[in-house]
Amino acid sequence: MSREQQAVARARKAFNTGRSKPLEYRIIQLKNLKRMFYEKQKMISDAIKKDLNKSVEVTQLHETLGIESEIDLTIRKLKDWAAPRPVEKNLLTMSDTVYVHPEPLGVVLIIGAWNYPWAVTVGPLIGAIAAGNAAVVKPSEVCVHTAKVMEDLLPIYIDKELYPVVTGGVPETQELLRQRFDHIFYTGNSMVGKLIMEAAAKNLTPVTLELGGKSPCYIDKNCDITIACRRTAWGKYTNCGQTCIAPDYILCEPSMQDRIIEEIKKALKEFYTDNPKTCADYGRIINQRHFKRIINMLDDCTIAAGGENDEANCYIAPTLLRDVKPEAKVMQEEIFGPLLPIITVSGVDEAIEFINKGEKPLALYVFSSDNKVIDRIRDETSSGGFVANDCLVHYSISSLPFGGVGNSGMGCYHGKYSFDQLSHLRGCLIKKLNMEGVNNVRYPPHTPKKLSWARFILLKSSSLGWIGRMAMLAILVVVAAVALQRYLH
Amino acid sequence: MESQSQMVARLRAAFRSGVTVPEEFRRTQLTGLMSMIKDNEDQITDALHRDLAKPKFEAVLSEIEIVLNELYHSISNLARWMQPEYVSKSLATKLDDCFIRREPLGVVLIIGPWNYPLQLLILPLISAIAAGICASVAGMQSCCLILTTAACCYCVLSLGAERGRSQAVARSVVQAASVHLTPVTLELGGKCPCLIYGRINITAAARRLVWAKYFNAGQSCVAPDYLLCTKAVRDALVPALREILEEFYGKEPKESPDVSRIVSDRHWTRLMELLKKTAGTVVVGGEANREDKYIAPTVVVDLQEDDALMGQEIFGPILPILTVETLEEGIAFINRKEKPLALYVFSDESSVVKTVMENTSSGGFCSNDAIIHMTLPSLPFGGVGMSGWGSYHGRWGFEEFSHRRACMLRGWALERLNGLRYPPYSSEKLKWLRWTTSPHSCSIM
Repeated sequence: MSREQQAVARARKAFNTGRSKPLEYRIIQLKNLKRMFYEKQKMISDAIKKDLNKSVEVTQLHETLGIESEIDLTIRKLKDWAAPRPVEKNLLTMSDTVYVHPEPLGVVLIIGAWNYPWAVTVGPLIGAIAAGNAAVVKPSEVCVHTAKVMEDLLPIYIDKELYPVVTGGVPETQELLRQRFDHIFYTGNSMVGKLIMEAAAKNLTPVTLELGGKSPCYIDKNCDITIACRRTAWGKYTNCGQTCIAPDYILCEPSMQDRIIEEIKKALKEFYTDNPKTCADYGRIINQRHFKRIINMLDDCTIAAGGENDEANCYIAPTLLRDVKPEAKVMQEEIFGPLLPIITVSGVDEAIEFINKGEKPLALYVFSSDNKVIDRIRDETSSGGFVANDCLVHYSISSLPFGGVGNSGMGCYHGKYSFDQLSHLRGCLIKKLNMEGVNNVRYPPHTPKKLSWARFILLKSSSLGWIGRMAMLAILVVVAAVALQRYLH
Repeated sequence: MESQSQMVARLRAAFRSGVTVPEEFRRTQLTGLMSMIKDNEDQITDALHRDLAKPKFEAVLSEIEIVLNELYHSISNLARWMQPEYVSKSLATKLDDCFIRREPLGVVLIIGPWNYPLQLLILPLISAIAAGICASVAGMQSCCLILTTAACCYCVLSLGAERGRSQAVARSVVQAASVHLTPVTLELGGKCPCLIYGRINITAAARRLVWAKYFNAGQSCVAPDYLLCTKAVRDALVPALREILEEFYGKEPKESPDVSRIVSDRHWTRLMELLKKTAGTVVVGGEANREDKYIAPTVVVDLQEDDALMGQEIFGPILPILTVETLEEGIAFINRKEKPLALYVFSDESSVVKTVMENTSSGGFCSNDAIIHMTLPSLPFGGVGMSGWGSYHGRWGFEEFSHRRACMLRGWALERLNGLRYPPYSSEKLKWLRWTTSPHSCSIM
């Protein structure tokens, strides 16, 4: 039995004992998880520094702050989320109990990514634990040091049989995908997303895919340019552009381009000083492979700012590209790096047309003081999420579903959405063996008279208020008495 | 004759034009669909009778009424479902608009089976229309002549012979979908167990059981597939079943107009093979007629877990009864099999019902009755594990075909507050940010 097979088998065995189901147990696990972030902050930050050159504050800001907040929310709300959810009844079921019952799926596979490793690996894990599942956690092998820390720390704090960590690269992931899971949660790119879904098809395993795409950013002529550029620069160059919802490229009218370049340069100086290479708050590209991939994109572009780079350090300066053509290399795939192309368009119409030519992105940004422009772009495009006049921040609202559409993904999570995504919402109808009189209209031998009664009673939806429902219940009792008399004798 | 790719391109162009999105359009289509079904009820029930020998009563209830009910439900709730959903915010986002918009996915393919050809094609179509989508509907020949609404937005493909609802087909659907990262909803089947345990009114249980099992000659994805009970209950149940069957269908079920037929020769042969191979004893029914595709309502006892009848979903009017002596044994038996689309428990003891529900998993669950849970549009109808992914009916269907787009509309104000997040980073800034972005901070305001 391979290491992966063993981990999955153990997780399934542990799940089958039923210990992940009681709410108290789930809450203990979540509390322990939170304690881990508090007690091992240094170990976590050190590993992130080695992997992505993020400072301690940035690690907290981008990763652990959000996770701790999610854990707090989940612990506070778990009882509500896990409780049976009553639903509207019809005439026939008025005296029955009808509800949706959230239940665990079983064993979930979580495949994490390297750019915000804790956020995108532990984020889904919170949902998995909260929903009462077992979960096999496969951190991205690309963030080498963080993966090791996850492997070392998680088993100390949370149930190591229910939530094993399996590290490794492509072969180990493929071996994991050969095992049977009840749900697979993958964060990464669309190409691999397709392979994951195909592999999941074998066991008809449902999947959540948090993918990416080129998130467009339209800067309208009618807006506060300084603020727009500052917010866009922050959204773009945080984590060196390695954010799935970073504004990938800018669309604007030709007359705006120079001003945008100026304002972004100003913001960059404010954020990262004149020499971002020496600034502790500016990150690095994760590895040489991605470094080369991004640098290649500069070949056929005009650099308006930045462009300096250092392969040995995986450093690429915050870079702005002007007058970019749609055929340029930088426009052919998600950049996932600190290059910000500006493409000029004649106005909103052309911007919308341009956006819709591409695949549906994970996020879409519009900067404008004109609500009509905002509404139009929102109404005539599709994307995972949509933000007007800022970037990235929708990610932090746990009451908003976070997920893609089309090529940018399927399913969503955060807050209650994580819980629901990793639960089975089972429809339950609890009846008693009485009120048989009413049921009689549905039994053979069939007569036209029975049919008209059945049509009325069985299927008419009860969209009545409380009093209406009481009145209907009274009618039902009378009907039951009549029907019982007539059809049973 | 339009090719399939031409048809999809046409649907996509129709969707792009935005015509299906306004509420008015969706409402008009749904109302049109309702008129179409009401005006053609006889034609529909006749076609169903021709194809499946469906008694008119069954056709009206399970095909016409359930669809009309879903239409009423969707039309009266459409405006509410389409409303943006405003969500709770943190202090940092207090002045912003944060909401979720339900947006149409685009172009959807609906593939329907043969057992309830109208219901199982039209119910998803209703959800698709309500969600503002263009749809291609692939179904059985006889029901396809019925759909004429807004031809540019909804296409009908006629698929000849019946396809299995099997897992093999589902697998190839998912594999095909993975190429384009198309999300899928799979409504599959499975062996729906029915457990009878504890204190029980045998006659009442038998009546509901017989109705559910032999409705449409057992050809329902949520029909109770097999029964589990103690020997004592079985011995009391069999005569009750016999009695109820006679009450429903008379002494000669073959003569009763209320008994359906098997859909095709292929399925009739499959079921007869199962009866031949079973090691159990037929205690009720067993008569069959090939020409008529008739199989009598049949009950089989004294069979084991590895019997021929316990392999695939039966999907026919044969009810195996297996015995277990304890509730734990029954639950363990159910859990050894794949998660079914529905699970039934008959018992007067609510603790029994609770124990079964909490220790098993299934798409849907119903106690002391069967099938009826799917007539409630407020309950999600769908499977789990091998019985399917996703769910529909009522609002669930609307959500299934919608993309929930998270929207946030900010203004230019509070840029100083925003300033906390910009580099240069400091632990001071971090402390403030922690406070303003936590959900707690709102309660102070």
